[in-house]
Amino acid sequence: MKKEIIIYGYGNPGRQDDGLGNAFIEHLEEWAQENRFDWMDFDSNYQLNIEDAELIADRKVAIFVDASVEDIDDFCVTVVNPEAAQIEFTMHAVSPSFVLQLCNEIYHNSPDTYLLHIKGYEWEFKEEISENAIKNMNKALYYLKDILKAGSMDLINENLSKSVILSHC
Amino acid sequence: MTKKITIEPVTRVEGHGKVTIHLDDNFNVAQTRLHIVEFRGFERFVQGKPYWEAPVLVQRLCGICPVSHHLAAAKAMDVIVGAGTGEGLTPTGKKMRRLMHYGQMFQSHSLHFFHLVSPDLLFGYDANPGIRNVIGVALEHKDLAVQGVMMRKFGQEVIKATAGKKIHGTGAIPGGINKNLSIQERDFFLKGADPFNADYMVNWALGALEFFKGYHKANAQFIDNFSHFPSNHLSLVRKDGALDLYHGVLRAVDHEGKKILNDVDYQEYYKYIQEEVRTWSYMKFPFLTSIGKENGWYRVGPLARLNTCDFIPTPLAQKEFEVYKAYTKGKPNNMCMHMHWARLIETLHSAEVIRDLLKDPDLQGDNLVVKGKKCNEGVGLIEAPRGTLFHHYKIDDNDQITMANLIVSTTNNNQPMNNGVNFVAKAMMNGKKEITEPMMNAVEVVIRAYDPCLSCATHALGKMPLEISLYDSNDKLIDRKNK
Repeated sequence: MKKEIIIYGYGNPGRQDDGLGNAFIEHLEEWAQENRFDWMDFDSNYQLNIEDAELIADRKVAIFVDASVEDIDDFCVTVVNPEAAQIEFTMHAVSPSFVLQLCNEIYHNSPDTYLLHIKGYEWEFKEEISENAIKNMNKALYYLKDILKAGSMDLINENLSKSVILSHC
Repeated sequence: MTKKITIEPVTRVEGHGKVTIHLDDNFNVAQTRLHIVEFRGFERFVQGKPYWEAPVLVQRLCGICPVSHHLAAAKAMDVIVGAGTGEGLTPTGKKMRRLMHYGQMFQSHSLHFFHLVSPDLLFGYDANPGIRNVIGVALEHKDLAVQGVMMRKFGQEVIKATAGKKIHGTGAIPGGINKNLSIQERDFFLKGADPFNADYMVNWALGALEFFKGYHKANAQFIDNFSHFPSNHLSLVRKDGALDLYHGVLRAVDHEGKKILNDVDYQEYYKYIQEEVRTWSYMKFPFLTSIGKENGWYRVGPLARLNTCDFIPTPLAQKEFEVYKAYTKGKPNNMCMHMHWARLIETLHSAEVIRDLLKDPDLQGDNLVVKGKKCNEGVGLIEAPRGTLFHHYKIDDNDQITMANLIVSTTNNNQPMNNGVNFVAKAMMNGKKEITEPMMNAVEVVIRAYDPCLSCATHALGKMPLEISLYDSNDKLIDRKNK
């Protein structure tokens, strides 16, 4: 039986701030273990792919976490819309929208899905995340921990939806 | 005056590439080029790092086949720590690495066929791109889409169980492996509820082959003739000539099957292979030294591997191999679209190898690492999903890497892909005044057959690294932009 919620970070930790999603998951998973919040699932990878449609199927909430170069202050949350799935430039890596749409098409169910964007700045072949990106990640961690503490999927959904409206984007 | 048509980016291939087709005044194809943006800085990046970090570090090179880089680097480091060249490891070390590698092969080939190729086969190359993709497959052929997802997931889980984790796997270390496979992990793959078990994967791999063969029967004209041109072929083969994707000796044959590189030790690959630099591409053009730049280029990957090997050491794949070889009367197969056929035979072979390895008690052994007399140089080769992958390192007395040379699979296929693009462009675009979507897609189809990985190391939202270079008719760079 799958857990009702999954939080999934992706990126390449070998390219500095591109690894924000993965680092975020490491911190959040540690926090969940310390607090014995065993009702959450975590995963991370270099990039999303088609099998992630199966990973998010039969869940109530999925939260993807990725580094962003968009014009945002620190972080923001958006709702993932399957209608926004584009024909991908490459199928070796797909977008959250694509994963969600594929999940809909082959499993006929899908979770409420969100994307947490964390602003990054540096993308060189290095392992360390930049100082400013770490600050953004910590803000995002504080924000999401507060929401997850509720424990109820309905409350988590409600608060995430509010964040979308009040998003930092 | 020539007219230049640019197709970019190439959809459904990995990373970023650009195709330029130059037409003359009569709208005939004057020249074609596949430009590949490959980040060569990685070889510098690892310099100064301790050698034992290389198998983990090199995975940053590519999010698509990190396992191949991980294992190729580990094999090179085996040599450096005096553990031999692939055969010197403990039975547990060897078999765990093989399981990891065949898991990678299985998931990569499955992804390519079900989600990159099947849309073209099911809907036609000239179908609306809006439907000609995996979502379209899911809508109209749900069973195929599910199979693709589950086969890919199965391979990924094998990798996770052997490498330790999905990202920055640490499974392979210089001289061996750092974990074995627990009984629980083994049973997860062997006895999982249908369809998530090794037997089911073998059956699905057989089903995919039947699907392709059915398509081939109905579309032989296209499959046999599309971008069909002679070439040399190169790969590792086991010492007895068997297909071996993890270890062996280097063999190359020409388009008629004559051996032009006769089972040589890959530690000395540089005696037999050189790389040519051309001004218009970051990617080098490898060639066999004995034949020279002009005619010494070769193909790597599934088509090449089934041309160089003598047999496949698993029964179901061997049976399919015999059918495949009979089609060309035992001669090398130079038909580009038969790469899909060869890839599916390898998918079946990988499923068989995984299933058989899982039953081997050596995987539960606890003798994981061997060491010997250290040296300062090592070469590791592996057959990555896309073809032969070369890793070559030198270290100093402080154990720091001083030199790294990588020839990745897609680089080995550089000239064949360029030839393929040229072949298709001339066949489909000569004399045409209007370039249609199906014609442009045909160029992409030939590239896609090689399943190239065109370097893709960062993908953050809104950041799509793409370098666009513009050359005049004298090959002079007149503009370059990053997107």
